Amino acid sequence: MIYSKKTINRFKNPKFAGEIKNADATGEVGNIRCGDIMKIFLKIDKDTIKDIKFQTYGCIAAIAAADAMCELAKGKKIKDALKIKSEDITKKLGVLPAIKIHCSVLGTEALENAIENYKRKKNS
Amino acid sequence: MRKKIYLDNGATTMMDPKVVEAMQPYFSQKYGNASSNHSLGQEAKIALENSRKIIAKSINAKPQEIIFTSGGTESSNFALKGIAFANKDKGNYIITTKVEHKCVLESCEWLETQGFKVTYLDVDKEGFVNPKDLEKAITDKTILVSIIHGNNEIGTIQDLKQLGNICSKHNIYFHTDACQSYTKTELNVKKHPVDLITLNAHKIHGPKGVGALYIRERTKIMAWQHGGGHEYNLRSGTENIPGIVGFAESVKLALDKKHVTHMTKLRDKLIKGILEIRATRLNGPIRDKRLCNNVNISFNGVEGEAVGGYLDQKGICSSTGSACSELTLEPSYVLMAIGLSHQEANGSLRLTLSRFNTGEEIDYVLKILPGIIKKLRVMSPLGKLIK
Repeated sequence: MIYSKKTINRFKNPKFAGEIKNADATGEVGNIRCGDIMKIFLKIDKDTIKDIKFQTYGCIAAIAAADAMCELAKGKKIKDALKIKSEDITKKLGVLPAIKIHCSVLGTEALENAIENYKRKKNS
Repeated sequence: MRKKIYLDNGATTMMDPKVVEAMQPYFSQKYGNASSNHSLGQEAKIALENSRKIIAKSINAKPQEIIFTSGGTESSNFALKGIAFANKDKGNYIITTKVEHKCVLESCEWLETQGFKVTYLDVDKEGFVNPKDLEKAITDKTILVSIIHGNNEIGTIQDLKQLGNICSKHNIYFHTDACQSYTKTELNVKKHPVDLITLNAHKIHGPKGVGALYIRERTKIMAWQHGGGHEYNLRSGTENIPGIVGFAESVKLALDKKHVTHMTKLRDKLIKGILEIRATRLNGPIRDKRLCNNVNISFNGVEGEAVGGYLDQKGICSSTGSACSELTLEPSYVLMAIGLSHQEANGSLRLTLSRFNTGEEIDYVLKILPGIIKKLRVMSPLGKLIK
């Protein structure tokens, strides 16, 4: 598997890895079978993502993609964060090997899931 | 830059500088074709036959029982297809296992498209074939059994004598892929009732692109590559003299028993040290039933490619059986065959040693690895579950 320098650098030192205690919402997607589970923690204030962190059980691409996704989402209004596409993530990573594209999709899916959970919690 | 710590010798090995030196004259000075009658040709022929003798002697075979090929994959393809087609009047059943190298499995799958029937035997949790299962799978139409000697992923060394005796009793050809075990554990055709053995050079510090197939005398096999009648009419093509000379040199250098002792010591040190990290398991057997250079460990809660990625950042080369590292996104079929869960297979790390590795290198790996696993577990949603 050949990864770009940008991917490797993010994998080496992910800025958003870890968890947020008392998160306003969390989201989790993926399955153990292919070896990728992605969990997102959100701190939200006035519909804006104030803080975001991720945990992933996954490969180099999954870790790098999650980190890139968090960087894109931080500070955004939730309605704007939902517009982040997997292509925006891969763009931040240079290129991803074709079979690793699903890792970047996992990032956006986990974020969507977290935001859904947040909305549900708010409305209940 | 720091020197690399190479622990992926199951994939390939560094060429021993002495092997390079032995090959050197055969590129630009002694470059003759072994089929030519002039002095340069004769020189090449002598080098070819000397090499054949060295390799034959290493497994107690006769020189004419060694056929040079382009490597392990060709040798196994030749063995399986050559035996199948030469003996199809006797039957069309073949028996192999679920833990073979791809070159055997894919050859079997292709043979299935040609009218042959293949049984894939299960293995136990350490990777061993149960002789009773083999016995049960044999029919009066079985013509060939192919079982890997030393497993490339988990290091299991099969009992060739026991399995071979069953094949002999039923008069069935027995092939073994010995690419990983050759020179690392005893292989002796007078003692082991094996009819065909796949051997190669690049796993034992020889060059890539050269291997051999041992074919016991009077074995009925069909040539698979036709042309000028080289290699006793069994494998045509001008012989790769530099490669073959390098192969023989690598065998001579590898046969020293102290290398096995050295690798075994490092292996056990590595296993002991890694198992001190919590929530880990060793995959495959222990002690003398395991290849002296193979370590395969699963870490709970982390994914193998990520472990390998961090090790690589520290200059340590390793491999994994994780789905993430496979183009198919399926975890290693060998690890699944010994009953591992997806999580255990995806969290696997393989470290394979050579005689060039040192105790200091192992100390360094054992110093670095716990921190990597800890970092990844903090990063993993499954990390909390680990007690």
